[in-house]
Amino acid sequence: MTRFLLCRTISLLASLLVASLVIFLVLEVLPGDPARFMLGLNTSPEALAALREQLGLTAPLPARYLGWLAGMAVGDFGISYTYRVPVADLIVERLWVSLPLALYALTLSTLIAIPVGVLAAANRNGLIDFSAMGLTQIGIALPNFWFAMLLVLAFAVNLRWFSSGGFPGWQDPGAAVRALTLPAIALALPQASILARVMRSSLIDTLDEDYVRTARAKGLTRGQALWRHALRNALIPVVTIMGLQFSFLLAGAIIIENVFYLPGLGRLAFQAISARDLIVVRSVVMILVFAVITITFLVDIAYALIDPRLRRRAP
Amino acid sequence: MRVAPSLIIGAVLSLAFVVMALVSLVWTPFDVTALAVGNRLVPPGDAHWLGTDHFGRDIFSMILVGARTSIAVALVAVGVGMVIGVPLGLTAASRAGSWFDDLIMRGNDLVFAFPALIIAILITAIFGPGAINAIIAIGIFNIPVFARLTRGAALSLWTRDFILAARLAGKGRARISLEHILPNVSNTLLVQATIQFSLAILAEAGLAYVGLGAQPPVPSWGRMLAEAQTMIALAPHVALVPGLAIVSTVLGLNLFGDGLRDLFDPRLQRGPA
Repeated sequence: MTRFLLCRTISLLASLLVASLVIFLVLEVLPGDPARFMLGLNTSPEALAALREQLGLTAPLPARYLGWLAGMAVGDFGISYTYRVPVADLIVERLWVSLPLALYALTLSTLIAIPVGVLAAANRNGLIDFSAMGLTQIGIALPNFWFAMLLVLAFAVNLRWFSSGGFPGWQDPGAAVRALTLPAIALALPQASILARVMRSSLIDTLDEDYVRTARAKGLTRGQALWRHALRNALIPVVTIMGLQFSFLLAGAIIIENVFYLPGLGRLAFQAISARDLIVVRSVVMILVFAVITITFLVDIAYALIDPRLRRRAP
Repeated sequence: MRVAPSLIIGAVLSLAFVVMALVSLVWTPFDVTALAVGNRLVPPGDAHWLGTDHFGRDIFSMILVGARTSIAVALVAVGVGMVIGVPLGLTAASRAGSWFDDLIMRGNDLVFAFPALIIAILITAIFGPGAINAIIAIGIFNIPVFARLTRGAALSLWTRDFILAARLAGKGRARISLEHILPNVSNTLLVQATIQFSLAILAEAGLAYVGLGAQPPVPSWGRMLAEAQTMIALAPHVALVPGLAIVSTVLGLNLFGDGLRDLFDPRLQRGPA
């Protein structure tokens, strides 16, 4: 186990290092001169020189990369060019919207998907299965921003149960949760459709396993065998997908955040890209990549703890 | 052989989508670039089957031309993913366990770790918005999908007797990959291509919705939705029609892909949908 942990940790650090190098090079080399890219074409030489100084562009490339890494290691992401505040503060502030939204959506998605998937698998090829799988096909095909527009039309414009956008802050937790409800539903439904299908097919696979047949032969009813033996084993791929979906929700909420005018991480990235604030862009992209790689790492470790067979499959 | 009803529904919806795009090449009921402000937000009726938008443009005509935009972007994006991804996967499988294989697989993991949408927005920010950059952005994330799928499918073939026979006949790895492995993984690739195609249509709509896809005056379903958003309460049909077009197209392609997979590999058949 120690060897496995060591291997995985080294691989995690290597992935993070390569990812950071890619992000750095793409943003430093592709636009040509980053300072000119940020300021646009009509700019004075003085402003350009000042920004180059502020960005540290006078130092050689490797020194700049190492300086960025060293800064991030101690939580210093630099100063935003457009907002004139530390990028770390900006990111933390936005995470207070993005993280709860992602958790909210993931919770909703799980609460919908697991019962639907289990019911469909238990009634395999029956009417419930057929209608549930038909609905999930539509859920997968639904663009979440269009679904969000329909939700706004129904629940904000017509019924007036929710506001159509904006975020009041966490001073009033009730209002904050209300503001996040429609976005969370819009994000959760397509995700739930995918998760329900994974749950169903995984449970159907486990229900065919020998140990479930043994449990049935011992005299357990179909339902008992399903709950006590099949479900727990069937949850493994479901948890993997949930891990992936959580990282997707963190980064992929960008369009939904735009629909509802939520000040989240995705919207920060979008605004920073539009304003050509490369200092914010590279940090937000790095944070999101860090989240994805780390979540994958943690899921791997969790599996190895549960299932010793997986430890031998070290990279 | 019994053909699943979902396959037929999927095929019909997908075909309708292609036909719409083809028809738009030779005929649309109205000119999609002609503005008629006096005629705006007309509800669906005899003259305009699906109504008009806030500029008085005919929505049915825009849906037809929008189908063309979706197909063009999605087709090229998936094509880019296949043309680069499949050879990478084939080569990786033919040298399984080598440093090259490792490099390809680690590279794949790395691309998967990047938030696709943000990278797409970044690409369009650096190179400017437009259909070509939307294609590049979507295409990049299709490469690892096809590389991984091809490698996985090819790996299991390399242990088979007919491959051993080909090796004994003196064929090299590259030739075996091309002549024996590729034809045997093509069904799997076709199924995945259908699914990726539908995902690319969703992605294109998303990019166009935030203003980074095909630029005006080329109609695209995603931008039609973005423009409709502010008047959804006033004229719901302007927002409903493009959304329904996206849903039915993506649904059709997914059903078609799933149906094809069941058709090619009946062992996978597990019931409805």
